[in-house]
Amino acid sequence: MNASRAAVLAFPGRLASFRREGWPMVPITILAVLALLAIFADVIAPHDPQVGLLGERFRPPAWQQGGSTAHLLGTDHVGRDVLSRLIFGARVSMVVGFTAVIFAGVVGTVLGILAGYLGGWVDQVIMRVTDAWLALPALTFAIFLAAIVGPSEMNIVIILGLVYWTRYARVVRGEVLSLKERDYVRLAIVAGCSKRTIMRRHILPNVVNSAIVLATLMLGVVIVTEAALSFLGVGVPPPKPAWGLMLADGKKGLMAGYWWLTVLPGVCIMLMVLSANLIGDWLRVKLDPQLRQL
Amino acid sequence: MSETDAPLLAVEGLTTHYVSARGTRVTRAVEDVSFTLGDGETLGIVGESGSGKTTLALSLLRLLPPAARTIAGAIRFEGENLLTKSEAELRHIRGKRMAMILQDPMASLNPLFTIGDQVGEPLRVHEGVSRRGAWERARELLGAVRISAPDARVRNYPHELSGGMRQRIVGAIAISCGPRLLIADEPTTSLDVTIQAQYLSLLRELQRAQGLALIFITHNLGIVARMCDKVAVMYGGRIVESGPVRRIFGAPAHPYTRALIESIPKLGDSNGRLTAIDGQPPDPAALPGGCAFHPRCPARLERCAVDRPHDTAVGDEHRTACWLHG
Repeated sequence: MNASRAAVLAFPGRLASFRREGWPMVPITILAVLALLAIFADVIAPHDPQVGLLGERFRPPAWQQGGSTAHLLGTDHVGRDVLSRLIFGARVSMVVGFTAVIFAGVVGTVLGILAGYLGGWVDQVIMRVTDAWLALPALTFAIFLAAIVGPSEMNIVIILGLVYWTRYARVVRGEVLSLKERDYVRLAIVAGCSKRTIMRRHILPNVVNSAIVLATLMLGVVIVTEAALSFLGVGVPPPKPAWGLMLADGKKGLMAGYWWLTVLPGVCIMLMVLSANLIGDWLRVKLDPQLRQL
Repeated sequence: MSETDAPLLAVEGLTTHYVSARGTRVTRAVEDVSFTLGDGETLGIVGESGSGKTTLALSLLRLLPPAARTIAGAIRFEGENLLTKSEAELRHIRGKRMAMILQDPMASLNPLFTIGDQVGEPLRVHEGVSRRGAWERARELLGAVRISAPDARVRNYPHELSGGMRQRIVGAIAISCGPRLLIADEPTTSLDVTIQAQYLSLLRELQRAQGLALIFITHNLGIVARMCDKVAVMYGGRIVESGPVRRIFGAPAHPYTRALIESIPKLGDSNGRLTAIDGQPPDPAALPGGCAFHPRCPARLERCAVDRPHDTAVGDEHRTACWLHG
């Protein structure tokens, strides 16, 4: 995740220009393609992702020797079509990733604003909970929760939301603390705005930028965590085709030369996270009226 | 507004202290301050940094930081004591009948909203005007504060305007609901001199057009001489002298006021040296006993270090707290 940000910064010329002018076409295209694949998975996928033919095990991709056009990206250890599984996997990653990020973001932002703006005991309670929460290692905590509630897509979303809301709360509260001392907030009080109006009109719009940028970064983290949970067997229950699960299944075949079982889902995860981060970077600039004109 | 001859604003014995977290250190920022202000009048409050000017202004609006407490006194605004009002009642007064302009026009506007939205905000809050209607009024208000091409400006964001323009816009926000009282806390400090002059005449003009009472907080006596009808000089949290601007500049009664006026640099002064007041302004957390000014006072008497001088009248509406006149 950080590596992908660094990559953008390392190639200022071309990348910077498509980041600044107009729309970041590359990541938008990638995400759009993944989204379309996710939505129309039933129509596009050539095979059933959950049923394999044992006679077709470990078929390499079509361009390698022994591959066939029936399975463009080969088959896995039980003969399931890798392409079909990747396409359906996009659906899982998209749904889980976006809903978990939104869930965590809304909870964290609201609590962060309340803590930062109201201060006093509200702040104390929310931030002590946040501190305690952050002290728990995220992945271990997620595994712990998953072990309790059992694996399902819905549970994964809730778990990821519960694990990651604290990051938003921290970042947002910090922003709010500096925002509420600004003169325009004081003038809004002088103008007779209620606390609710001030939080909604003057605080929230000013922290939404940070929250959105954080959300796009968190999208990467969440997708990777989802993959990790699936990889560890407490995420999306098999035989559902999640990318993390595919990685886990494929790792045994890596030494035997069945590279497509791990590399392909890995590339998918990477593309999605990278695109999300690039769009986040662009949004950060786009949402700031002072940078918008550059 | 009021049925009697009561002044628009009457402050009586206002006392605001800052109390440290454990309650051990008490800073007497504003101590026993009283003054009155009538409709359309301008009161200048002058004093050095730390003399309690800003705390006084914030006390009037009940916008004090959490550590500060107004522990005594009364603020009668249009006949009602603001100190007994609830937060909800205050919201109906602030912005609508009482408004404020702060020092820094850069920080006074929300960077994310257009000028039209921000100028219209008090109207939407207090009068329930629609967004479209608020923009319409915002255009008129921008015209009232002499901003050229208001139709284009309402669509601008704060960063697209100059400092002088932004401060005018802050002024437009302040007068948007037609307040009776405007508190301006050093509104021109961050503007350069030519813009300052323009802004001051604009404030004067708005004041006349709207019959607005103005409290002008500043450390610049030149501005006071130009803008104000009455002056209150603060030192160590108290008003040491107050009166009509002519009296204060013509016949200052308190040694501190005299020293302040003498320390204004004058063009063509043959002496060539600036007169300064000896010593440092006092620490408001540890004010000297007796008269707070006595350690720096050129005319001090023995009793100045022991007894605090009372507020005495030395002329028509001209009062001072000094033993020389007691």
